[in-house]
Amino acid sequence: MALLDVEELSVTFARRNQRTVRAVDGVSFSVDAGEVVGLVGESGCGKSVTSLAIMGLLPRQPGVQVGGKAVFDGTDLLQIDDRSRRDIRGRDIAMIFQDPLSSLNPVVPIGIQVTEVLTRHRGMKGQAAAKEAAQLLDRVGIPDPKRRLKEYPHQLSGGMRQRALIAMAVACQPRLLIADEPTTALDVTIQAQILELLKELVRDSGTALVMITHDLGVVAGMCDTINVLYGGRVVETARRRPLFRQPRHPYTVGLLSSVPRLDAGRGERLNPIPGSVRDLLPWPDGCAFAPRCARRVDACVGEPPELVLTHDGRSYRCVNPAPVPGLTPGEDVREVVPGQATPGSVPAQAVPNDPPAVPGLAAAPSEEETS
Amino acid sequence: MIRFIVRRLLQLIPTLFGLSILLFIWLRRLPGGPETAILGERGTPEMRAAIRQNLGLDEPILIQYGRFVRRMIRLDLGTSISTKREVTTEFIQRFPGTVELTITAMVIAIGIGIPLGYLAARRRGRFLDHASVGGSLIGICIPVFFLAYILKAIFSENLGWFPSSGRQDPTLGATRITNFFVLDGLMTREWDAAADALWHLILPGLALASIPLAIIVRITRASVLEVLNEDFVRTAEAKGLTENVVRRRHVLRNAMLPVATSIGLLTGGLLSGAVLTETVFAFSGIGAFLAEAIDHRDYPVLMGFIMIIAIVYVLVNLIVDLSYSLIDPRVRVR
Repeated sequence: MALLDVEELSVTFARRNQRTVRAVDGVSFSVDAGEVVGLVGESGCGKSVTSLAIMGLLPRQPGVQVGGKAVFDGTDLLQIDDRSRRDIRGRDIAMIFQDPLSSLNPVVPIGIQVTEVLTRHRGMKGQAAAKEAAQLLDRVGIPDPKRRLKEYPHQLSGGMRQRALIAMAVACQPRLLIADEPTTALDVTIQAQILELLKELVRDSGTALVMITHDLGVVAGMCDTINVLYGGRVVETARRRPLFRQPRHPYTVGLLSSVPRLDAGRGERLNPIPGSVRDLLPWPDGCAFAPRCARRVDACVGEPPELVLTHDGRSYRCVNPAPVPGLTPGEDVREVVPGQATPGSVPAQAVPNDPPAVPGLAAAPSEEETS
Repeated sequence: MIRFIVRRLLQLIPTLFGLSILLFIWLRRLPGGPETAILGERGTPEMRAAIRQNLGLDEPILIQYGRFVRRMIRLDLGTSISTKREVTTEFIQRFPGTVELTITAMVIAIGIGIPLGYLAARRRGRFLDHASVGGSLIGICIPVFFLAYILKAIFSENLGWFPSSGRQDPTLGATRITNFFVLDGLMTREWDAAADALWHLILPGLALASIPLAIIVRITRASVLEVLNEDFVRTAEAKGLTENVVRRRHVLRNAMLPVATSIGLLTGGLLSGAVLTETVFAFSGIGAFLAEAIDHRDYPVLMGFIMIIAIVYVLVNLIVDLSYSLIDPRVRVR
């Protein structure tokens, strides 16, 4: 049983007199205890909305519809009432956000912003809370923590602010940490420090981490399992090594080849994916990536592509995937799940007594088993 | 901090200087003069001239102005033409009433306006929101004297819940120390006098509160709506904090910044006298007295009162600016 099981999660934003936007359109993935899972994709692919939906942080307005399931430790987070959700947030599941300056309250000292979590979930008050807060700041590498507790966010540097936010997130030793582009707003040198810190915290405490990012470098350095999102759906799921060595979905191929390489020849051009995220086809009408895809065939349009599960424990949603050398196309396919499968119709265990392979259905095998 | 206060107080000097010139010009451009007010239509030109000479109004205007400035520097505001008493005495006697009324009105406006504005923002687009936005529009539009008359007719004349006029029941024979009647009652432990003075403040306070209340509701609502979209509110929610803590510490504290500014401006405005409200409730503050002074062309009273009100206005806004730096640590007064 995975720690977090997201099944067919969908989020739609409806506005009067405007087209309804399906920001997340049937995302499924799972996170095991202590695992680092990446959600990767371009801006607008639905990664942040996915995390906000899991946390129940989407604006509570008519017009915002959340469907599917997000089962955390046996509880569907989308079904529980506001009070239980507040109990879980910050204690069992914590979150780190993208922009550390705007994510901190400008008129409240850092100390109170740390101790309020301790007071809320661990019942700590006064001196005890202040002492624990100082230890937390120390643990995330903030020098002179006693003094920093009294300071305001604008008196800290960008890296320090993100460290403070991390301290607040890990204050109750959550079992799951969701980091939404935690390094995007930081200098490159600080980015590395923050990633190192996150790795350390996850390793030491056994916290599972969902890393939301568009930065493949971050993914390569941190994640065990990677989910590539496009147009609000997971288009490919794989362990880190196989994904980087042998991407199957043309979108993943495009993402990897658009990263500038230092070993590329002089004057060699970069390889961007043509078009933009906006040029997507609605999933019910075919593959959302088809309008930009280099490997497009006729079968891509008309109906949504099936989810293909392979014998080496990965999955992709593509009719014409990038070939694997030495294998005839289709040879590695273990099972195919219809593309328009509705929530609940996907079998919970694809093949009995077979190592469960598909995140979103069950735990992925360890890397040794797959490679 | 201290340098900031000193500099702001020094800025007061040119402000007052400019104001006194404008006031002087404006007053003397008013048709008629104190002599007309005193004598009415029947006075002969000789009698008018005698009064003008007596008051020193026959001298060149620059000399009159120079005399005013010299006296002002010695903090002497002269004598009222109509009551023959010192302008300073008149002010000290009447201003406390206006201050009490202003404080009552602002307590009502803030006490109702901020919670209502917050709730309207939180229930955006629903009944309470529409009701408070619509209600505040009425509050801004309705003439204050009209509201004052209605309140008086209903709650005082019909229901008899509140006194209809004055600042205190004179038969109580309350002791006067500061001329702040509520404060005097508390200081002398004459509790019934304090309660009676407070009772007299409710209706005029309500009438006077209508416009500031409407403005505070709207500013609070807009400000809360903006803060609710801030990332740090999302962070607070992600920490699992209770709604109460999120509201108090994270939403309201930030939303109060623009509200504080408007409270300063509104308070300053109310202090300059609520002529209509004071008239309707026969409330002896500076408003009604100032209106009378205009009728009587009582130059010393008008000059003196308006100059002091200007000083008070600047001081109130100085306090607001200082409190701003208490609410928002990013604002450092320099």
